Amino acid sequence: MNVGVIVFPGSNCDRDVQWVTAGLLGQSTRMIWHEERDLSGLDLIVVPGGFSYGDYLRCGAIARFSPAMQATVAFAEAGGLVLGICNGFQILTEVGLLPGALVRNRDLHFRCETTPLRVERSDRPWSRTYQQGQILNLPIAHGEGRYHADPATLAALEANGQVLFRYLDNPNGSCNDIAGITNVAGNVLGMMPHPERAAEAIAGSVDGLGLFAGLLEPVAA
Amino acid sequence: MTAISSAPFSADEIAGEGIKPEEYDAIVERLGRHPNKAELGMFGVMWSEHCCYKNSRPLLSQFPTEGLRILVGPGENAGVVDLGDGLHLAFKVESHNHPSAVEPFQGAATGVGGILRDIFTMGARPIAILNSLRFGDLEQPRTRRLFHGVVSGISHYGNCVGVPTVGGEVAFDPAYNGNPLVNAMALGLMETDEIVKAGASGIGNPVLYVGSTTGRDGMGGASFASAELSDESLDDRPAVQVGDPFLEKSLIEACLEAFKTGAVVAAQDMGAAGLTCSTAEMAAKGGVGVELDLDLIPVRESGMVPYEYLLSESQERMLFVAAAGREQELIDIFHRWGLQAVVAGKIIAEPIVRIFWQGAIAAEIPATALSDNTPIYHRQLPDEPPAYAQQAWQWTIDQLPAATEVGCGDRSWNDLLLTLLDSPTIASKRWVYRQYDHQVQNNTVVLPGAADAAVVRLRPQMGAAALKTSNKGVAATTDCNARYCYLQPYEGAKAAVAEAARNLSCVGAEPLAVTDNLNFGSPEKPIGYWQLAEACRGLSEACREFSTPVTGGNVSLYNETLDSDGKPQPIYPTPVVGMVGLVPNLDRVCGQGFQSVGDRLYLLGLPTQAADDRLSLGGSEYLAIAHQTVAGLPPRIDFDLERRVQAVCRLGIHQGWIRSAHDSAEGGLAVAIAESAIAGSLGARVNLGELVGHRPDWLLFAEGGARILVSVDPAHVAVWEAELQAQIPAAWQAIGTVTEADAGLAIAAGNQPLVQLSVDQLQQTWGGAIERRLAKD
Repeated sequence: MNVGVIVFPGSNCDRDVQWVTAGLLGQSTRMIWHEERDLSGLDLIVVPGGFSYGDYLRCGAIARFSPAMQATVAFAEAGGLVLGICNGFQILTEVGLLPGALVRNRDLHFRCETTPLRVERSDRPWSRTYQQGQILNLPIAHGEGRYHADPATLAALEANGQVLFRYLDNPNGSCNDIAGITNVAGNVLGMMPHPERAAEAIAGSVDGLGLFAGLLEPVAA
Repeated sequence: MTAISSAPFSADEIAGEGIKPEEYDAIVERLGRHPNKAELGMFGVMWSEHCCYKNSRPLLSQFPTEGLRILVGPGENAGVVDLGDGLHLAFKVESHNHPSAVEPFQGAATGVGGILRDIFTMGARPIAILNSLRFGDLEQPRTRRLFHGVVSGISHYGNCVGVPTVGGEVAFDPAYNGNPLVNAMALGLMETDEIVKAGASGIGNPVLYVGSTTGRDGMGGASFASAELSDESLDDRPAVQVGDPFLEKSLIEACLEAFKTGAVVAAQDMGAAGLTCSTAEMAAKGGVGVELDLDLIPVRESGMVPYEYLLSESQERMLFVAAAGREQELIDIFHRWGLQAVVAGKIIAEPIVRIFWQGAIAAEIPATALSDNTPIYHRQLPDEPPAYAQQAWQWTIDQLPAATEVGCGDRSWNDLLLTLLDSPTIASKRWVYRQYDHQVQNNTVVLPGAADAAVVRLRPQMGAAALKTSNKGVAATTDCNARYCYLQPYEGAKAAVAEAARNLSCVGAEPLAVTDNLNFGSPEKPIGYWQLAEACRGLSEACREFSTPVTGGNVSLYNETLDSDGKPQPIYPTPVVGMVGLVPNLDRVCGQGFQSVGDRLYLLGLPTQAADDRLSLGGSEYLAIAHQTVAGLPPRIDFDLERRVQAVCRLGIHQGWIRSAHDSAEGGLAVAIAESAIAGSLGARVNLGELVGHRPDWLLFAEGGARILVSVDPAHVAVWEAELQAQIPAAWQAIGTVTEADAGLAIAAGNQPLVQLSVDQLQQTWGGAIERRLAKD
């Protein structure tokens, strides 16, 4: 599998993703500078956590205009797998690949801790190593991770089964306890928790490794 | 007749730069003429304590600075130690106390930014941040505002730059009401083959200005940091810089990329005293001179005069000396990261800092006059300790209210233990560290609050090594019991080093080296100087005894608040010790929480029944919190005992016998046991031995004694006890067993129960102490 990781100047989880995909899983991983457009040969694009261009305006508001994100939108529309983690999730909502927005946490503080979430369905490429209803313990680390959308959008998300991960102990005030959603087709996933930080026993949890490992498995016909 | 009488400045103008009359004379002597306004400002900042250590240098010279693993000692931007396998660690601590007192958010944020620059200027990628914070009484609204601001500032900056904030300490005491302490420590792993140094060389080599633009922010911050705080200090808010962590993140990447080209001859970050300090220090260290043209410096506002350029402390800026002909290569790297990079001057043979502005010379000063040949004050120690200390030492345990097996005064031992756990200094700091990203870089092995020291895996972030795991780690801690240092600075400083080494040993790390941050009041007063001198003596001795040389650090004096009556209120003398240690095997790292029901509890260090001056209620948290008394003599440090106890603790951890280890510090043994129970969500049954001859509070809450509480797998008890008997025959004791959480914490003395509390109650009290106080807003 060929993985591409988008690198903005303010990305800071790009190497953490690379560590998991290349270091732990041995997959070819290419770092893609935000000014690049060439995504050829890639099977998965990861938009990592961090602060893209500083995010002083609004998280991801500038990143959406970058050549790399424009190319990522085309990649996703062609059915390619796109994973946005934390700041990456924020950017995916800004570029319109995912509905809704991420706003300041309910208590207005940055929160870094490990929190439990439930896998809502196991028939997506992202969740095929998990069981439906399985509880994962994943780290979060964000100040603006409160998922927000209007009632109609929320209803559509639920009706289409787009909610993939739901918090058990909603840490940030997200609507419908949403921790991660996909697009309708399921090839684009955005999530606030960091699966790449839960991929080794030494880090305290391996619950996130399955998300990446599952992408490597051949899809059953 | 002195020079000052013919000076082209008023006495107020000279004093306004922080320059004393006799120092003005010395300036004229070094220049052979009167300085101009810009030069006067340059001397003002460079001759401040913050930059030239004029009061502390004679004391700092006694520190041990050399050792087998020390690659770079004091004098560079940071110290560097050799961790083996080609891994070199840069680390340093620095204060941002004064800025944080007037503008806590930016003050703390730029404190983090500054210490990170010290690390990556050396060619090291920052891998961890720790913070040592001191605030006043949390019951006061002003303290809560400062606390909120400082924590948000650290969170804002550290989270964005992508360096995990993994540990440190937070303490509260009314002594810091007007003057909080914000000390930030950073660790970095060398990413370049050669350590990048600050000494300029190569006549004709271009001088590059890189990073952010220069503006009027942070004017004269170093001078401001070297004066007492007063009611008017809030008007000094322009002296506080404003940080941009996104720019710093880009600067880290660009600098490390630039260093790897081999085209950078020397580098210096622009921290205190900005362009003045970086040009002077690079020139003086290299024995050369620098010419700099201010018209070439990228600016963020117009109309600045040389004085403003030279004293600006705008953040995220660096000065490089480049190899001639390779400057464009470097400029391209910085532009790629969206940063400024211009050639603004060159290296000259004449050892002079020469500044041009609008085609004329704006300043011309011998480099050494700014950085080496600076004033130095040798002060006399008072003949005897100050009266406050002598009076405090008169305190004895007999002055406490009568104690029985039930309690002390009208409070039970249960109540008293809960009171201590509710003390914000002892209580959980979750509210703080939850706001810091402590896991970015994917190397954090021990999460904040889980152990006595932070542990980070030594896996580089770049190159082939980044994709291989590593079983080696680095442990780090910051420690200081300032109440001890106030009562007896010599013993207090020794205790800070001992506690740091003990904390590292409790996670299984071998202590290696120290960076220290000396936070004190004014050295110009006899009490202030006595505290500083005695603490330095204690630090030096202890660092020698533990073979942990001092590789650098920071001195922050004049931490005093002038109240509205003009009466100075100094802080407690607070020599913060930052220590790093090597973890040889990450599979054998120990936390402080109990792990398993049935594990045996051992007290290493002085046994419960001991009664000598190595244990004390003097200066204890119990005395301060439960009895509102700050008095007595703190425990005397026994280096031999400390070393033996710590060595056997590390051995037990490396062998896999020990399952939890936690040092007994503030609050003594009872608090240590409670904290291990809380962290493990398990109970404990402990017996402290007969009450005969002891007050229960002595058994429960006395501090000192080189003590560590460990829990040991019952399967290894025989071999463990044999080892204890061989290594520390008179300094260990089996004191109990880990129990189910339902059994709670039960502490008895002989047949007499003293404490019986549920684990839930312990967790509620300890876990929510800070939030409960913040909820008042």
